[in-house]
Amino acid sequence: MADAVAERPKPITSRHDPRFEVTLYRYVGVEGAHTLDAYLEHGGYEAARKALASEPGQIVNTVKASGLRGRGGAGFPAGVKWSFMPPVDGRQRFIVCNADESEPGSCKDRYLMEDDPHQLIEGMLIAGWAIQATKGVLYIRGEYWHAYERLTGAIEEARARGYLGANVLDSGFAFDIVVHRGAGAYICGEETALMNSFEGLRANPRLKPPFPAQAGVYGLPSTINNVTTLASVPHIVEKGADWFSAMGTDDSKGIHHVQISGAVARPGVYEVPMGISYREIIHDLGGGPSSPAKAFIPGGTSCPLFPYDDEHLDMPMDFSAVAKAGSMLGTGAVIVIPEDQCIVDAMYNVTRFYAHESCGKCTPCREGVSTWMPQMYRKLLSGRGTPEDVDVMEDVAKNLRGTAFCPLADAAAWPIQASLQYFRNEYEHLAQHGTPLHPRKDRWLA
Amino acid sequence: MIELQTVTPFFEDKQELLEEILGRYPDYGRRSAVMPLLWEVQRAERYVSEARVAEIAAILDLHATEVKGVMSFYSTYHGEPVGRWHLQVCSTLSCKLAGADELCDHLEERLGLVPGETDAEGRFSLQKVECLGSCTTAPVLQVNDTYYERVTRGRLEELLEALARDEQPAPWRERHGDNEALGGAPMAGNAAKAPAQAADAAANDEEGGA
Repeated sequence: MADAVAERPKPITSRHDPRFEVTLYRYVGVEGAHTLDAYLEHGGYEAARKALASEPGQIVNTVKASGLRGRGGAGFPAGVKWSFMPPVDGRQRFIVCNADESEPGSCKDRYLMEDDPHQLIEGMLIAGWAIQATKGVLYIRGEYWHAYERLTGAIEEARARGYLGANVLDSGFAFDIVVHRGAGAYICGEETALMNSFEGLRANPRLKPPFPAQAGVYGLPSTINNVTTLASVPHIVEKGADWFSAMGTDDSKGIHHVQISGAVARPGVYEVPMGISYREIIHDLGGGPSSPAKAFIPGGTSCPLFPYDDEHLDMPMDFSAVAKAGSMLGTGAVIVIPEDQCIVDAMYNVTRFYAHESCGKCTPCREGVSTWMPQMYRKLLSGRGTPEDVDVMEDVAKNLRGTAFCPLADAAAWPIQASLQYFRNEYEHLAQHGTPLHPRKDRWLA
Repeated sequence: MIELQTVTPFFEDKQELLEEILGRYPDYGRRSAVMPLLWEVQRAERYVSEARVAEIAAILDLHATEVKGVMSFYSTYHGEPVGRWHLQVCSTLSCKLAGADELCDHLEERLGLVPGETDAEGRFSLQKVECLGSCTTAPVLQVNDTYYERVTRGRLEELLEALARDEQPAPWRERHGDNEALGGAPMAGNAAKAPAQAADAAANDEEGGA
């Protein structure tokens, strides 16, 4: 047994590993790849055929064995989530796709939906079969009009040719998808807020428990997954759980899609094996900082920033490693902040975002996130702040942690705390001199 | 004296569309149609008036305040008409780091509008919006439903001139990252590429994105 363990091939944790092959993103950016014919040409819906010929429980087990964790930010094991569904009891069940991608820095789902929509539809179909849900709900943010058109077009094509409908691929399984457009509310990315929004209510998050598996859409059993999570499923079914789990670390298996933005030479979306270092992401893929960098955000603006140093650059992209270092892997949206960008100004930008997106349901968030924090930032940035104000901001941020109804307040407060931890000097400089350490600079492309 | 205006119901001559929208949802979930119905009105009329709110409420057997309550929760439904060309500048962090502040300042000056305003002729309106999900192709400008990615000074001028002629250019869709790593050029203006070629490029690609 010990020998067998020793002989286990080294997991793939670098894009330079010759065994690594781009899979989910292969047809992103390829004109014409969004049609059913193009999808079928490269083996589309074969995984669905295979799944529909297997027991649903077997598919759940395969996804569990693959180690796939949610790609929407929280990283919950997908197969485990599926197994929370109650036994089939004749009630309508739903598979919900969270396509409300709104975490600043994130855009991986949009590209997938625009350029390869059938991959997601097939993923929803297989997930539907696995949890025995005959209805799919695809909740897409309202601004993604082009993706909406591509998805509704693809669904029509799939219906017309029997890949969706009353008898999918002559298997006797009925499955169809409704696409529902949001209308500009970040909070809809929170699963229960999304469900309220789908039901035609204001998108306030619901109290949990009950969790969606018990009472989701219309109070009926539901499972909700992110776009990339669902789009990974056909490949896992097709190539096997081992293919997926051969990539990444013990904690974080498979592939992720890093979205590199900010001050880098080659911003873009790259498919990578989990466990890849942030150095490889930013330097090898992103081409390195386009001007000297002082910080980077590892997974979207809800994730506390790290200083741009060797310790953090050599950190692997792994849920637990990033958590241990004091942040989150999040959606894999890496934002590089240049040295000459005032960190207070950058954090005000992020704070303003959360202030705008707070739903107003609970007091800590409505008062702290939506009102006080942006006011304190404006005071500081307008040159009227005092050193005591910086202490107050720190205090407000601290008191926002864990006190609000949903995680939005944490998402707003935690990054502020990190910016104070690493760049307090910039806050103090503003408070003492009334001017930023790094004045505003024209950053627009010629 | 108040003059009562008679408004032709929006869905009066669109029964088929209405049935299609209501048919997307189960009978017990009829209320789900509120957002798609608001969208239909707004896409046609550039805002949703009180009369339309009342009409939607009647269709769904809700009070007008319930529909208004939903509508006002979201940031992309408008209670007042926006311009023929509604320019939405993404202003969140990644776009800011790519010059969104300067882009917005430029548009304010060029159009003579501050964010939130519509010009007197109802042709242009300007709005600063939060993250549009185009962070790797920042800065992004959304005009009505269309994204213009990686907006440069030069290209913006072309876009504004086209809009002034009442022509809306095709979206500027850019793809960076794997599309280039797999051997393709950025998508904008790119010729069609067959899936088989992309696969070959992937097989030959040992350098990753480097």
